[in-house]
Amino acid sequence: MSGQILETRGLSKRFGGVPAVDGVDFRLAEGELRCLIGPNGAGKSTFFKMITGQLRPSGGRVLFRGEDVTGEERHLLAKRGIGIKTQVPSLFDGISVRESLYLAARRFHSPREALRIVDGILAETGLHAVAERRVGELAHGQRQWVELGMVLAREPLLMLLDEPTAGMTPDETAHTAALIGKLRQQRAIIVVEHDMQFVRMIAEGVTVFHQGRILMEAPISEVLGDPRVREVYLGAHSERHA
Amino acid sequence: MDYAAIFVIQVAYAIASLALISVGLAVIYGMMRVINFAHGEFLMLGGYAVILPVQAGVNVWFAMLVIAPLAVGLFGVVVERIVIRPLYGRVIDTVLATWGLSLLLIGLASAALGYYQEGSKPPLGSVVIGAYRESVYTFFVIGITAAIMLALYVGLKRTRFGLLARGTMQNSAMAAGLGVDTGKVYAATFGLGAALSGLAGGILAPISGVVPVIGATYIAKAFITVISGGATVLAGTASAATLLGAVNQVVTFLSTPVVGEVALLAAAIILLRLLPAGITGRLFRGGI
Amino acid sequence: MSNRASSAGGIVIAALGVAALIGVPYVVELFTLVDVAVYCILSILALSLAFVWGYAGILSFGQSAFFGLGGYAYAMAVINLGESTVPVLAGILVPMIFAALLGYFMIYGRVSDVYLAVITLTVSLILYHLINSTSGPEYTIGRARLGGHNGVPGLPPINVPGNASAPLDYADTFRLSLGALLLVYFTLRAVIASRFGRVLVAIRENELRAELLGYDSRRYKLMAFTLGAGIAGFAGVLFASWGSFIGPSVFGIAFAAQVIVWILVGGLGTLGGAVVGTVLIQYLTTWLGQTKALPAMLGLSKIDPSLVLGIVLILFVLLVPSGILPTLRKLLRSRQAAASA
Repeated sequence: MSGQILETRGLSKRFGGVPAVDGVDFRLAEGELRCLIGPNGAGKSTFFKMITGQLRPSGGRVLFRGEDVTGEERHLLAKRGIGIKTQVPSLFDGISVRESLYLAARRFHSPREALRIVDGILAETGLHAVAERRVGELAHGQRQWVELGMVLAREPLLMLLDEPTAGMTPDETAHTAALIGKLRQQRAIIVVEHDMQFVRMIAEGVTVFHQGRILMEAPISEVLGDPRVREVYLGAHSERHA
Repeated sequence: MDYAAIFVIQVAYAIASLALISVGLAVIYGMMRVINFAHGEFLMLGGYAVILPVQAGVNVWFAMLVIAPLAVGLFGVVVERIVIRPLYGRVIDTVLATWGLSLLLIGLASAALGYYQEGSKPPLGSVVIGAYRESVYTFFVIGITAAIMLALYVGLKRTRFGLLARGTMQNSAMAAGLGVDTGKVYAATFGLGAALSGLAGGILAPISGVVPVIGATYIAKAFITVISGGATVLAGTASAATLLGAVNQVVTFLSTPVVGEVALLAAAIILLRLLPAGITGRLFRGGI
Repeated sequence: MSNRASSAGGIVIAALGVAALIGVPYVVELFTLVDVAVYCILSILALSLAFVWGYAGILSFGQSAFFGLGGYAYAMAVINLGESTVPVLAGILVPMIFAALLGYFMIYGRVSDVYLAVITLTVSLILYHLINSTSGPEYTIGRARLGGHNGVPGLPPINVPGNASAPLDYADTFRLSLGALLLVYFTLRAVIASRFGRVLVAIRENELRAELLGYDSRRYKLMAFTLGAGIAGFAGVLFASWGSFIGPSVFGIAFAAQVIVWILVGGLGTLGGAVVGTVLIQYLTTWLGQTKALPAMLGLSKIDPSLVLGIVLILFVLLVPSGILPTLRKLLRSRQAAASA
């Protein structure tokens, strides 16, 4: 049990009669980085949203560090140390970048700590140039980094990132991969992604979803060579650029 | 026995009148997601569209069933063009603009018409039920409301316009892509809702009379019925009217009209708390 | 940059305010004093909505109801107690308690924005119906009759705390009203600049993200809603004292609409705009009700205020949707940008 930061047992979600996610058992160790991949409709986003509290499971449980957090309120998940980046970026468009990051950091740190964290993140993400601009005015890639920055500001134990490089240029994607690379030792990370280039850049372990279930879980090299995986992706070309 | 009959008739009447004053608003809200705060004034205009011609000698049924809906319907088309269309998607702004329209209409009516208080004697006389007397007009209101709902159901489900309107409501981009003139559909839909409101106002005019501010008596209840019903036009209005109308009338029977009113409002609040998207938000998704 | 501008603006307003407090009663006629006093009081009501709607993002049609509750609470208490200090507190607390309960019901029930607005409107109407039906002599709280549609006349105005035989005169009433307005204005500015206020704005911008960051949005919104009710209630107390009267029309749909109009005209998302909008619309309404020249020009016997208010509202929504103050600010900013370019 120790070392398991996240676990799901028999997690399911039905929409009407259709099971989008069907009894999934999933485990993530502390400090582990895992990518969730699979064609559209495979259930990975639905699975992800049940962990983040955005969807209520139809069945099964979610455990964080051994404790049942199934269906818990979102702000309590954050309190436990879970940082979430949503598929469609959820940002404070009318507020400046600096203020957004400050609010993120200030929740669980003192004002002085928070200011230090904000400066650190502005430097890491390269956003210091636009720190005073309103988030709504930024380009898409920058907005993704603001959200990533807000997640980091909380200094979470577990980061859940839903398509962090959606809409990014190849340069931006590489930068994001580098960022995540720096983080991987300190915290556990789950990334849902379509962009296989990006997955190759960062991944150790990969979980492949298919039709609401886990098809296989293995290191990236094995997964990419596996005939079953290729078959599942056949016709749904997975190399994606914005 | 006759007391029970009267009771049932009164409850049916309460439900019917609630549905009648709400259905125009429901068409506009359910199909266009527009909250029309001038709805009460459309009812008022419908009332005047009966009272004034009748005073000039026109037959009351003709005024009620033809002139009122036509006049107010056409007015609705004009309003849609000038006030509603520029504000599509801006929910709060639409509420405020239609509120302004409501004030404008009240002001115009007050200035032009002063205070008419007509309609103490509805046509058709009365009928005897056991030891009680019930106005035949009560049955008329119940009957015509049912007929309107039925006609609306058939119209929306079976006619070409109904199909176009429902399609545009569900996915306007797709409809436009298929060559539908969405502007005309919106204008016609709003006009239909206005016409229904005018018709309702005309039907109720002989009972309650018409004054420029009479819209205020209707707007709150109509609003609450439509929101409680949820976005599905007919099922929503029918179910909410049934629930709230019944609560209103039953409580009134047990105590006083004021408490009955409060009970209706309280029931709506509880309903919204339990079903935050209205009755049909959960039950009748996608239907009418 | 804009922070310094708003601090400078704040100091100017404070200075002008103090000057007005001291000087205006010497310069101005009696009934103008009375008029200005009520403009200040209604502005406080507007500020409550400006805060709850413009900063916390909660569209409430119930601010006028809290105003009414405050007025009635004051009325009932002051008739029974004779001295005004406790009634003033009652007039602030009663609406706050009511708002806390109603707010808990709606906000923790996660009712959506439109329906929240409808529920607050409905509650106002319920109160309207209830109060209106209390005309009989049996409807009393202690020695005070609720009065039904006649309202509660002859209210003792606010007196100097502790001394019931020293009620405020007209100049003092004006000073109290303006002073209260300044107090509420600067208090709200401080709240908005505080951490609480900043989180509120974030919640308004994106409630999901605020929650994902760990903020319990329900608690913040409830606190804002309750605070707004207290301010509205305070305005209600001042209003009842000012006119020595409170009646059920304050719970009506027309008055609820007026508060919304004030904010819309002045500009949603500003505090100063609330005051501008209130004064403008109220002045316009009063003037229209009294003027003879304009109707004569148009050949009418009088101008119905509803008519003009309606036209103003429609024009504003179509042409100046952000309201006066934000539009002015934008104009100033683009002039500055053009000048420095």
